[in-house]
Amino acid sequence: MAATIEGATGVWEYAIGLEVHAQIVSNAKLFSGASTAFGAEPNANVSPIDAGMPGMLPVINMACIEQAVKTGLAIDGAVNAHSVFDRKNYFYPDLPQGYQISQYKQPVVSGGHLEIELEDGGTRRIGVERLHVEQDAGKSLHDRDPSSSHVDLNRSGVGLMEIVSHPDLRSPEEAATYVRKLRTILRYAGTCDGNMQEGSLRVDVNVSVRRPGGALGVRCEIKNLNSIRFLRRAIEVEASRQVGVLEAGGEIEQETRLFDVGRNVTRPMRGKEEAHDYRYFPDPDLPPLRLDRAWIDRIAASMPELPDARRARFMRDYGLSAYDAGVLVAEKENADFYEAAAEGRDKKLAANWVISELFGQLNKAGRTVDESPVGAAALGELIDLVADGAISGRIAKDVFAWMFETGKGAAAIVEEKGLRQVTDAGAIGAEIDGVMEREAAKVAEYRAGKHKLFGFFVGQVMRASGGKANPKAVNDILRAKLGG
Amino acid sequence: MSEPTDLTIAEARDLLAAGELSSRELTEAQIGAMEAGRGLNAYITETPEIALDMAEASDRRRSGGEAGKLEGIPVAIKDLFCTRGVPTTAGSRILDGFVPFYESTVTANMFAEGAVMLGKTNLDEFAMGSANLTSYYGAAINPWRARGDDRERVPGGSSGGSASAVAGRMALGATGTDTGGSIRQPAAFCGVVGLKPTYGRCSRWGVVAFASSLDQAGPMARSVRDAAIMLGAMAGHDPRDSTSADMPVPDFEEDIDAGVKGMRIGIPREYRVDGVPGEIEALWRRGVRWLEEQGAAAVEIGLPHTKYALPAYYVVAPAEASSNLARYDGVKYGLRVESDDLTAMYEQTRAQGFGAEVKRRVLIGAYVLSAGYYDAYYLKAQKVRARIADDFREAWRTVDAILTPATPSAAFRADDPPADPVAMYLNDIFTVPVNLAGLPGLSVPAGLTHDGLPLGLQVVGKAFDEATVLRVGRAIEAAAGFDARPAGR
Repeated sequence: MAATIEGATGVWEYAIGLEVHAQIVSNAKLFSGASTAFGAEPNANVSPIDAGMPGMLPVINMACIEQAVKTGLAIDGAVNAHSVFDRKNYFYPDLPQGYQISQYKQPVVSGGHLEIELEDGGTRRIGVERLHVEQDAGKSLHDRDPSSSHVDLNRSGVGLMEIVSHPDLRSPEEAATYVRKLRTILRYAGTCDGNMQEGSLRVDVNVSVRRPGGALGVRCEIKNLNSIRFLRRAIEVEASRQVGVLEAGGEIEQETRLFDVGRNVTRPMRGKEEAHDYRYFPDPDLPPLRLDRAWIDRIAASMPELPDARRARFMRDYGLSAYDAGVLVAEKENADFYEAAAEGRDKKLAANWVISELFGQLNKAGRTVDESPVGAAALGELIDLVADGAISGRIAKDVFAWMFETGKGAAAIVEEKGLRQVTDAGAIGAEIDGVMEREAAKVAEYRAGKHKLFGFFVGQVMRASGGKANPKAVNDILRAKLGG
Repeated sequence: MSEPTDLTIAEARDLLAAGELSSRELTEAQIGAMEAGRGLNAYITETPEIALDMAEASDRRRSGGEAGKLEGIPVAIKDLFCTRGVPTTAGSRILDGFVPFYESTVTANMFAEGAVMLGKTNLDEFAMGSANLTSYYGAAINPWRARGDDRERVPGGSSGGSASAVAGRMALGATGTDTGGSIRQPAAFCGVVGLKPTYGRCSRWGVVAFASSLDQAGPMARSVRDAAIMLGAMAGHDPRDSTSADMPVPDFEEDIDAGVKGMRIGIPREYRVDGVPGEIEALWRRGVRWLEEQGAAAVEIGLPHTKYALPAYYVVAPAEASSNLARYDGVKYGLRVESDDLTAMYEQTRAQGFGAEVKRRVLIGAYVLSAGYYDAYYLKAQKVRARIADDFREAWRTVDAILTPATPSAAFRADDPPADPVAMYLNDIFTVPVNLAGLPGLSVPAGLTHDGLPLGLQVVGKAFDEATVLRVGRAIEAAAGFDARPAGR
């Protein structure tokens, strides 16, 4: 999946590293008791600590730390028994303290990695340098008033995990796959809801280019990408800008840039004279964070099943293909739905139903599995009707479409519409007799040796039965009658 | 009965308990004294109505059989403590109009123990200063005058308003905060007792921060016993302050008269400093003799890194201050100087909102934390700080407490302060190491200069051993028999 860039002077390679900011799932903020609920009235969820009032002090919310530890374990990172919160100092109206409390030199998790699935079916291991915990800033609103800006501090102080990868990613597509994979892991671990629209997951990307196999080039950081589509585009645009500069004999300056979606370019975020010196130093309000080994072990022992393990289990225990298993586990809700629908049934058949029929309909309707009008039990009932021979697979697809549309059960629809499959030999024989009578000339041709007409007769009989005749019975009886 | 305003807290407590005095009477007397003493500019905000309400509520509680540790005692609060519904200025223009909607833990604890708030006392801007000359609300004045010289003396700083109020009989006691000597130095200059407790003993929640790793609230009063009573009401673990110590709060008053017999008192040779007046050296020797006479043994000790304390302090404290004061940006509360754009608003607000000393320290702090200088200054200073703490730890192997002078001079004239900032910083030479090590330190009035200005001695103790510090302080107090009174009012 590695991609290259064709420059005027030859081929260039991408080197991409990601900094993912994942909002921690928690009831309260990282250093205050205020709520983290999304969508509240502006400044409704603000404690005096979040507002940077004089004399206010932060207190670590250990529920947030537990979430960070979980995430660290989920990416095979090393949880540090001793870590330190630092202050990152800069002025901005939505940063009420005048500094962000973050972790600088001693993060709570060091190292780690995750496997990304490549298009060719293989996987690649992407290294994670660190995971640290920090507080989010508020939000500046510039569109409320022509003469002034407003500040909403609801998000101020909400806990974030910053997960920093090594520059191991080799194409915009790999970067996208990494974000999707990380998001899946976070959602399985229950530590971040991964909602990019609401800003629960934000991505900064470091991009550099180099000659294949050469040393890493100078990188630029593009901040605050809030969709995977923009991430991909920003990387492409920035890499080709860098190739252009380098091929013209210029040098890349390490800087922070913003992606201008409208003009499809990246541009420097601030001039050099405004470059920030964050003056990091340990926050004197917070003693070092010390984690008890036994506490970490308890968290490790209670970790939920993660996507890679689930995918492997689907392949091993259910005989699913790597592709199908991958599709099913990508969203935890989908995999949960599948497992419920497949319970006590043919696993592969259930996988087909979920992937092709259910996902197809959901896609068309623009819904998630949680919003599906057909529940896992209802889908299971439909699968059972096919397995029992009560309806044919073809009819079942129609039944599913009706179920999706009306929310009614499979059996009810089959009864209501009289779709139960006909297996009675007498009834099928009568239909066959009728067809043979109408198509006497073709019967003669068949009997003269034109056996490829068999399919034609099957089709006629099925149509005459309204699709309800059992195909196997039709085959058997028809063959006997034509043979006679 | 002496004038109510002349009572110690312990005396007032007994009279209140005996029903011979009501909190309302005591508070009214204090309010009268506050009005009479306005020339000292000790208070930034007087709160007589609140005081009378609190006094009446206290009298009602007492008649209902309830009495806290400070029941009915009128006290002054340094204007660095956030007080609900009462303007809190930190002595700075930048907090113009700021009225907290929350109560600091220390004041809440005191009020829960029955204390009555008289008002908010003057201080150096953001507690940065040693003479109370940097307050936006004007200098507080020391009630003491030198004999034959009627010119005004500084009360010391930064808790100069509190010291002036207590010395000037405008409060029975007051809260202070001490980052490098801000309780002990003004206490010494004003002839009162000032105690900086162990770092973590009193919650910092709701106290406007100067330097978070050094700031500590403590009592200022007219006797060692009063300081012990006040500390008992102020101290305690606070889950809202992560640096607050989860330690039991003993009855500090209990063993205060137990004496110093058998104690070993350390006399650090590094505290003999050139340029310190002979009468301060003499007072120190006298202090040693008093303790020896009461059965203690004086032991010469070394605190070898003492000379690095002041430079290290003037790196660490400004570094933390530069970050702590970043929140005063004109956006949320306090002063805002409207300007054309955001950067100009920040610049104008902070330029007009902060005074020269605060700006100086913010600049020093930003400098020592900046890229390329962090290791050479901040990190180095932290290492020095660890060595200074080690010095004291080493000393505790041989001694129970340490005795030093409190200040290198008596109160200087307000119109003739030390010529430059560094000379001013030298005021804290004996107090700063104690903050860097996080230890308790007590300043006790012990004598007068040749021209009649008060001088203090400092007792330093082990972490969370305020009880011993107070015992030694009480022994000095008893021996010194300090009963001089300020003539300034």
